[in-house]
Amino acid sequence: MKRIPLNLWLGGLISTLLVGSAVLSRFWTPEDPIKMNILNRLKGPGDAGLLGADQIGRDVFSMIMAGGWTSLGIALTATIIGGSIGTLIGVTAAAKSGIFEKASGWINSVLFAFPPILSAILLGALLGPGGLTSIIAIGVFMIPVFTRISRGAAMQIWSRDYIKAAKMAGKGQALITIEHVLPNISAQLLVQFAIQTGLGILAEAGLSFLGMGIAPPTPSWGRMLADAQTYISTAPHLVLAPGIAIALAVLGLNLLGDGLRDLTDPRRKQAS
Amino acid sequence: MMLSIRDLRVSFEDSSGDSTEVVHGINLDLARGESLGIVGESGSGKSVLSLATIGLLPGTARASGQIMFEGQDLLTLPEKQMCGLRGRKIGMIFQEPMSALNPAMTVGAQIAEGLRLHKGMSQSDAKTEALRLLEMVQIPQATQRINSYPHEMSGGQRQRVGIAIAIALKPDLLIADEPTTALDVTVQAEILDILDDLVTDLGISLILISHDLGVIARISDRTLVMYKGDEMEHGDTERVLRSPQHDYTRKLLDAMPSRARKSLDQTGMEGPHA
Ligand SMILES: Nc1ncnc2c1ncn2[C@@H]1O[C@H](COP(=O)(O)OP(=O)(O)O)[C@@H](O)[C@H]1O
Ligand SMILES: [Mg+2]
Repeated sequence: MKRIPLNLWLGGLISTLLVGSAVLSRFWTPEDPIKMNILNRLKGPGDAGLLGADQIGRDVFSMIMAGGWTSLGIALTATIIGGSIGTLIGVTAAAKSGIFEKASGWINSVLFAFPPILSAILLGALLGPGGLTSIIAIGVFMIPVFTRISRGAAMQIWSRDYIKAAKMAGKGQALITIEHVLPNISAQLLVQFAIQTGLGILAEAGLSFLGMGIAPPTPSWGRMLADAQTYISTAPHLVLAPGIAIALAVLGLNLLGDGLRDLTDPRRKQAS
Repeated sequence: MMLSIRDLRVSFEDSSGDSTEVVHGINLDLARGESLGIVGESGSGKSVLSLATIGLLPGTARASGQIMFEGQDLLTLPEKQMCGLRGRKIGMIFQEPMSALNPAMTVGAQIAEGLRLHKGMSQSDAKTEALRLLEMVQIPQATQRINSYPHEMSGGQRQRVGIAIAIALKPDLLIADEPTTALDVTVQAEILDILDDLVTDLGISLILISHDLGVIARISDRTLVMYKGDEMEHGDTERVLRSPQHDYTRKLLDAMPSRARKSLDQTGMEGPHA
C-alpha cells in the first residue's frame, strides 16, 4: 500500500467540497442566489446569512455556491473539449512524424501566443459575451497545453520495445495509439487535467470580471469581484468571499494534480 | 539460404542533416534451422542490424544493401507486405523485459494480439493458444498468470512471456537481441535453455545477439564478431572460440569470467587458456 501524499489529501478534500457545493447548488442553496432583498443591503457576515449580503441584498453564501457551479461547469467543459482536441493532436503528432508534426507545432505556437483573455475579447466581439464564449476562449487556450504534454509523453511510449512488439503483432498506428499509447499516458493527462481545470476557473473568473463571461443574473465569482470593487472599504466581505473561493478552488485543483503526480510518478517524488 | 544479408549499411541522420554510418557493410547467411550468434561490445551496431532486418529502424535511419529473406529483399519490400511478414515470419525478443511488455495490458492479451491479428483467431481460441504458449515457456500456474500484469512478474518470467510472444506465430526466423542481459546469471541459463529447446523443436532459425561470448557459445552454430559496425570475424562458433583469428575476439574471450570459460570447456570447447 502506498501512503497517500498530503497534497493529494488536501487537494482531494478541497476539490470534493468545490464539486459537492456546486452540484448541491443546483438543488438547494440557503437563499435564492438571484433574489434581491433590499433590507439586507451590504449587511455583513452573520447579520444576513453566513457570508452577508451584497449591494442589492442577495445572499453572498448562496451566490458563492451557485457561482461555483458556473465556474466549474465552464472550466470543466472547456478543459474536456480543449484537452480532448489537444490530446488528439498530440498523440497523432507523436505517431506521424513529418508534415503533420510540423504543422501541429506551428498551429500550436500561434494558439499559445493568444492568452485566453485576449482570445475571449476577440471572440466576444464576434459572438457576444456569454458562457459559450468563455468555454470556447478557455478551451482554445487548453489545446496547445495538452498537445505539448501528450505529444511528449506519447513520444516516450513510442520508443518502448512493446510498441515494436505491437507492430510485429500487425497493429497499425491508430490501434497502437488507442491500445498502447493512451493507457500509458493517461496518468500524466489526468494530472494535467486537474491543474488545467484550476487554471480554467481562474480564466473564467477573469473573463466575467471583465464582463466577457456568462450573462447576469447567473451568479459568477468574477462578476461578484467586479461588482464589489466599489464597496471594498465599506463591505470588504464582498471582495473576500469570491476572492477566497477562487483562490481555494485553484489551490485545491493544483494540489490534487500535484498529489496525483507524486502518486503516479515516483521519480518526481524522490527529486522533490 | 533463408536469410542472406549483403553489404548492409545503416546511417543515422541528426537534426542538422549530417549522417553518420554506424553499420559498415555487413554480410551474413543463415540457413533454415541454423543458429547464428552475433557478439560485440555495446554500440557495435547489433541492435541496429536486427531492427533493419525486421524493418523497424527509426525514421532517421537509412539502410542500403540487401536483406534477402525467403527470396524477397526486405529493404525494398513495401510496408504493407513487410507488415504481413513481421511477427508472422520473423519474430523478435527484446532486451529489456520491462520495456518489451505493455504495463497496462495483461500478459495473456499481449500474447494473443498477434494470433488474433495475423491469424484471425477468435478471442477465446487466442486465449487458449496463449495459455499453451505460457506452458511451453514453463511459466508456473499459467492459468492464473495469463491474467497477470507485467509488474506482477519477475524479470525472468517477463522474458519468458517475451519468448512466448515471439514464437506465438511460429516464425521461420527468431531474432533475440540480448534476451538475457538484464537477468540474473541463474535465470539467464534457464531462459537460454528454454530458447534453445524451442527453436530446436520448432525448427526455427535463430539469430542470438549478445555482448557475452559465453551466452553465444551455449547455443550458436556460427558466430559473427562485430566491432563498431564492422565484421571482425565470422565462422563456426567452435572454431572462433578455439582459435580466434582476430585480436578483438581474443579480447572478448579474455573478458569472460573464468567461471564462464570453465563451462565452455565442459561443453567440449576449449578456451584459448585451457
Ligand atoms: N536512433 C538512433 N539515432 C542515432 N544513432 C543511433 C540510434 N540508434 C543507435 N544509434 C547508434 O548506432 C550505433 C550502434 O547502436 P546499437 O545497434 O544499439 O549497438 P548495440 O546493440 O551493438 O549495443 C551506436 O553508435 C548508436 O549510438
Ligand atoms: Mg543493443
